[in-house]
Amino acid sequence: MDAIEVRGLRKSYGSNPAVVGLDLTVAEGEVFALLGPNGAGKTTTTEILEGHRDRDGGEVAVLGVDPGKAGRRWRSEIGIVLQTATDAAELTVRETVLQFAKFYPEPRDVQEVVELCGLEGKADAKVRSLSGGQRRRVDVALGIIGRPRLLFLDEPTTGFDPEARRQFWELVRTLSGEGTTILLTTHYLDEAEALANRLAVIAAGRIVAEGTPRTLGGRDRAPATVSWHDAGGDHEVRSMDPVPTVAELAGRGAVSGLQVKQPSLEDIYLDLIGAKA
Amino acid sequence: MTAIALPTTTTLPSTLGNGLTRGAAELRMFFRSREAVLFTFSFPAIVLVLLGSIFNKGGHGDTPMSQVLAASMIASGILSTAFISVGVGIAADREDGTLKRLRGTPITAGAYFIGKIVLVAVATLAEVVLMLAVGVVAFDLKLPSDPAKWLTLAWILVLSVVACTLLGVAASGLAKSGRSSAAVLNLPVIALQFTSGVYVAMSALPSAMVRVAAFFPVRWMAQGFRSVFLPDGLAAEEVAGSWELGRVALVLGAWCVVGLVLCLTTFRWTERRAG
Repeated sequence: MDAIEVRGLRKSYGSNPAVVGLDLTVAEGEVFALLGPNGAGKTTTTEILEGHRDRDGGEVAVLGVDPGKAGRRWRSEIGIVLQTATDAAELTVRETVLQFAKFYPEPRDVQEVVELCGLEGKADAKVRSLSGGQRRRVDVALGIIGRPRLLFLDEPTTGFDPEARRQFWELVRTLSGEGTTILLTTHYLDEAEALANRLAVIAAGRIVAEGTPRTLGGRDRAPATVSWHDAGGDHEVRSMDPVPTVAELAGRGAVSGLQVKQPSLEDIYLDLIGAKA
Repeated sequence: MTAIALPTTTTLPSTLGNGLTRGAAELRMFFRSREAVLFTFSFPAIVLVLLGSIFNKGGHGDTPMSQVLAASMIASGILSTAFISVGVGIAADREDGTLKRLRGTPITAGAYFIGKIVLVAVATLAEVVLMLAVGVVAFDLKLPSDPAKWLTLAWILVLSVVACTLLGVAASGLAKSGRSSAAVLNLPVIALQFTSGVYVAMSALPSAMVRVAAFFPVRWMAQGFRSVFLPDGLAAEEVAGSWELGRVALVLGAWCVVGLVLCLTTFRWTERRAG
């Protein structure tokens, strides 16, 4: 069984279509990244999958269940990391995590989750006193305390400093190693490249490309760019097979600044949303 | 890939257990929040001290006006800890993501409401004790020795708290945002206290005002509390010349039903503008 199966998903707000016939399949155990500009339909799609929002049409199965009709058992098997919550300001981190642990049939150990999320130094601090990045870690802790089979991470590292992001990536890899399926939405392409087994780009309410970080949008088949500088100035050659070009340059001598570049994930991404947006 | 499916035999935590967990969290959050303790919890007592000190003379027979106020204003306390705190609390829960977060967990709506009920029950009990303490210490209010009076106090308290809490849940939907909710909910509360004989004696009010206020619960709450804490001779000062406890029960009971219906038909998990 796939963790997430979506076919022909549609949702409009009034006369504004947000999602127009979206198809998506996420296999169990996968880390799947959903990329796309603001307003492309990422959050709407995720919220429908989480059971937070009704859909207008299409078929959706999350852990084999329609999220629009799902019950408590289903909710105990998913974890959601919210994007903009500011709740529980007067409770301490530990009190908040402990409270949520009690809602689940088989929660993780509270202390273990606090440490896993890098909050051990802040366990007895009030949530109100935390920095934005620390607060996001509490969101993550609340998302994983119930030992979810499927975890929704909606822009989880917004507001993190580089070190905190690296730590968070390690946490995602740990969870993934334990078999948790993860649906990640993010603006950071390096994050998607570092974490995702597969990813999809969403633009104007539908999926415009899908693949692995290596193959997305034909990245593996795109021509490489060879650039160098010599007495004649700057040169650039695009080629499907850059090796002979490089070999020829090696024979010439007096070449500086030699670079062979495959298009980056960002190039591919900008191309994809530029073409369709 | 390893299957980590939960055995479906594990039982989900009970609604009651989760409700009590929520209740403990609600109480901690309420009493740790300076604004809540100051504006919701202490406000009625502060107003009582002020009004009672200003209107210390007058009153009826041997009973100074300050004691009439002390009895009537128990209703203010309940309006604050049941109606306002629930209405503002739910509007804030909707805005700050509490409700959305809870909706993504296996907790039931019932458990969320049990949490609110625990908060209201504890906060209201503490509020009534505080109001009575102010009345006794500052204004020589006499606590009744007749057990029947305490029984009356108990049922009026229960009906008042249930009606005010349910109406608070329903009213939480009126405010567009958590921030505006305190202002939106305080307006009817202040207005009703002026027109229902809480701040000003019923005999001083225009008769049209008295007739309108008779449709709302506040007048009957205040009248009921006066019947408990004031000498029976003062019943003659009431609009009907008696305490009308039967009618108190009837009107408050009716508002419990209205509140429940409003709750069930208007409660929203999310903010209006979020669609």
